[in-house]
Amino acid sequence: MSSEEEGNITIHVPDAPFRPGDNPVFDKWKWSPDDLKKPPIDCESEETSAHSRGLVRVIDDEGMAYGDWDPNLEYKEILQGLKHMVRLRIFDDRMMKMQRTGKLSFYMQSLGEECIAIAQTMALEEQDWIFPTYRQPGAQFVRGRSMVSMICHCIGNVEDNVKGRQMPVHYTYKKGRFISISSPVGTQFSQAVGVALASKYKQLNEVTITWIGDGASAEGDYHYGLNFASVYKAPVILNVVNNHWAISTHYNMASGSTNFASRGLAYEIPCFRVDGNDFLALYSVTKWARERAKIGLGATHIEILTYRTGAHSSSDDPSRYRPSNEHEFWPGGDPIERLKIHLIKNYDWTDEKHLQLENEIDAEVILAYKEAVKHGDLANGPYPSSDTIFTEVYENVPWHLQEQWDEMNKWKVD
Amino acid sequence: MVQSVNSALSNMLEKDEDVILFGEDIGYFGGVFRTSDGLQSKFGKHRVFDSPLSEGGIAATAFGMGINGLRPVVEIQFADYIFPAYDQIVNEIAKVRHRSGGEFWCPVTFRTPAGGGIRGGHHHSQSPESQFTHTPGLKVVYCSTPYNSKGLLISAIESNDPVIFFEPKRCYRGPFYGDPHNVPTWKGHSEAEVPDSHYNIPLGQARIAKEGTDCTVIAWGTMVHVAEKAIKDSGINCELIDLQTLIPWDKETIVNSVKKTGRCVIVHEAPKTSGFGSELSASIQERCFYNLESPIERVAGWDTPFPHTTEWDYMPSPARIIDAIKKTQEE
Ligand SMILES: Cc1ncc(C[n+]2csc(CCOP(=O)(O)OP(=O)(O)O)c2C)c(N)n1
Ligand SMILES: [Mg+2]
Repeated sequence: MSSEEEGNITIHVPDAPFRPGDNPVFDKWKWSPDDLKKPPIDCESEETSAHSRGLVRVIDDEGMAYGDWDPNLEYKEILQGLKHMVRLRIFDDRMMKMQRTGKLSFYMQSLGEECIAIAQTMALEEQDWIFPTYRQPGAQFVRGRSMVSMICHCIGNVEDNVKGRQMPVHYTYKKGRFISISSPVGTQFSQAVGVALASKYKQLNEVTITWIGDGASAEGDYHYGLNFASVYKAPVILNVVNNHWAISTHYNMASGSTNFASRGLAYEIPCFRVDGNDFLALYSVTKWARERAKIGLGATHIEILTYRTGAHSSSDDPSRYRPSNEHEFWPGGDPIERLKIHLIKNYDWTDEKHLQLENEIDAEVILAYKEAVKHGDLANGPYPSSDTIFTEVYENVPWHLQEQWDEMNKWKVD
Repeated sequence: MVQSVNSALSNMLEKDEDVILFGEDIGYFGGVFRTSDGLQSKFGKHRVFDSPLSEGGIAATAFGMGINGLRPVVEIQFADYIFPAYDQIVNEIAKVRHRSGGEFWCPVTFRTPAGGGIRGGHHHSQSPESQFTHTPGLKVVYCSTPYNSKGLLISAIESNDPVIFFEPKRCYRGPFYGDPHNVPTWKGHSEAEVPDSHYNIPLGQARIAKEGTDCTVIAWGTMVHVAEKAIKDSGINCELIDLQTLIPWDKETIVNSVKKTGRCVIVHEAPKTSGFGSELSASIQERCFYNLESPIERVAGWDTPFPHTTEWDYMPSPARIIDAIKKTQEE
C-alpha cells in the first residue's frame, strides 16, 4: 500500500523524504538575490508575505553579492565574520576529538550552521541581549569571550564559570549579554520577549535576539513567544533555525506546513525566510529587524534555512536515519566555503590566505586547549568543589541545605 | 533492559489493536535509547510513530486518543522533559475519570527514562516520581531490572488508569552498583532472563530482592542495585525491597517486613524533601510504630539541582546507605 492510500484509511504520519539507502534529490534553488526588495522599515506585516515564502539572498551560487539586501559591508568586516566562522569550526572539531577521549561528557557542533549566530550578532549592538540555543555558541566569539574560558566550561574543570553544574555547551556569558543555555528546548524563545519588554520599560536602546530549532518550534514556547511579542510589540528578533532535522525527525514532523517563516503573518509580525548559509543576507535582514525594533515597531520573525551537516550531538549516529551524504546534495552549500569564494572573487582573499588562516586558528585552538586542560578536565579532574552543589541554590543557604551540606562533606568522593 | 522494554511493547502491540506508540524519535529511529527499535517496521507507521517535539502536545493527544478507545503508550524522551506535559497529565488525564462521574477514562502509559549517573547534568538526570505520586488519579511505577521492566510495563499498558512509568536510564544496559568505573552488563544477573512471551507483574506489588532479618531497606529504580551493594558490604542481614509500584504501594509487603526487622532505611535519588520516602516513612511510622526499634532513616538526593561534574557526590552512594543501616542498628 502506498503511503497515500494508507493515509486515507488511517492516521497520516509523514516520513522524511530520504532515509538511509535512498538517493537524496533536491531541486536547485529557484531564488536569487534580485528577487526580493527591502520593504520599508515601517511596513505592514502583509508586505513581507513574499519574503516569507521566498528566500532572502545576497550571495548567489557563483559567490557574487548583489540586490537590494546587499549590506555593502567593508572587506575588513566580512573577513572578521569569516574568521569567527573558521574559528568556530576548528574549535568544534577539537572539542569533538576531546569528547572522544573522555575529556568532556558530551558535545554539540554547529557544523554547517556557523554563519547564523556570527552574522546576526555582528549585525547587533553590543548592548543587545542574546538568547540562544546550543547551536549558537558562535555569538560568544563576536562578543569577545576567550576560547580558554569556553573550553573550561565544556570540560567542567575548576575554571568553569558555571562551576561544573551544567552539561558541556550550556554556556553562560553575562558580560556578553549571552544568557545561560538550558537543555529543555524552546524555553529561551518566550523568555526573550520578557527581556525585550524590560528593556522597553527602562527605555533603553536594547534589542533581544533569540533562536529556536525547527523541531522545537512545535513546543508551546514558540507560540507563546510570537503571541506575546505581537501583543506588546516587543523589541525582539525571533528566529527559527530550520536545519532540516530534529535529531531523527525531518522538519515535516515539526509542522504540516513546509514554511516556518510565514507563521509570523498570522501574528501580524513581519517575517522573512533567509538563506542561512549566506553571511551577508543574514546580516542584512537582522539589521533591518533591529532598526524596526528600535523605532518601536516590535518584533520580526525570521526563518533561517540551513542544513545540520553534523550529527545531532556526540551521542548521535545520523547514519541510522538519513543518507550520510545528504548534505552534499542540499543546494545551500557550506557557509564558510560560500563566504570564502565570495571573498576570493571580489577581494584579494586567496586559497593560500585561507589555508594560512586555518593554520593560525588551529594553533590558536590548540594553545587554548592546552591552557584550559591545565585547570583540569572531566576525565582526570580536578573538578569544581562539590560544595558548589549547595551554593547559589538560593540567595542564602537555608538550614535544611546547610545540614545536608555538612552531611555531604562526610562522604565526599570527588 | 532496552530489549525487555522493547519486548513488552511488542507483545502489547501484537495483543491489542488499540495499543499505539508515539513520541519524539521513537518511530523510524526507534528512540534515542533504542527501546522501540524495529517496532515501526514490524507493526506499521500508523501504530508506532514519531511526534512533533512537543510534550504538551503528546500528552493532550494521548488524552484524546485514550478517552476515544485507544490505549496510547507514549514516550517522554527524558523525565526532565515531562514538565511541558504536566498540566495535561495532572489536571486532565489524572482527573478525567473522576470529574466525568466515571463516564470517561484515559488508559495512557507515559514511559520515561529517569534518574542520574550518566553525566546528564540538571536536565537529563532528575527523578521526578514524587511530582506524580502527589497527583490523585495516577499510578506510578519505577522498574529496575529487565525482568520487572517487562512484566510491569505490560501491566501498566493493560491498566485502565493512567500510569507514569519510569525507566532508570543508568540501568538500561546493566545494573549500577554505585561505582562509575565498574560498568557491568545484565549478563549473569538473576533478573536478566526475560521470556519472549507476555507476562504480568501486577501493579501494587513490591519485590523482595533479598530476604533478611535485621533491617528493611526500601528502594526503587537504580537505587535498588546501589542498596544491594551497600547491604552486601554492610555485613548486616538486611531485607531489600524493590518497591516497583509507588502508587499504589505494597502496604502488606512493607509493613510485614518492618514488623519483622523493626528497622527501616528508605533510599531514593530524588531530593529528600517531599520525596516519596517522606510518605513511606510517615506511613510506616503510623502502621509499625510499636515494632520500630529505631528511627526510620532516609538516604536521598540533596535538595539541590542535580549537578554535572560532581554527580557522584549527589547520588546516594553505598557508603551513605551503609551508614544509615548501621544507625538503625544502634538503638
Ligand atoms: C523539552 C525537551 N524535549 C526534548 C528534548 C530532547 N532534545 C534535545 S535537542 C532535540 C531536537 C531539537 O531539534 P531542533 O529544535 O530542530 O534543533 P537542532 O538540534 O536541529 O538545532 C530534542 C528532541 C529537550 N532537550 N527538551
Ligand atoms: Mg533542527
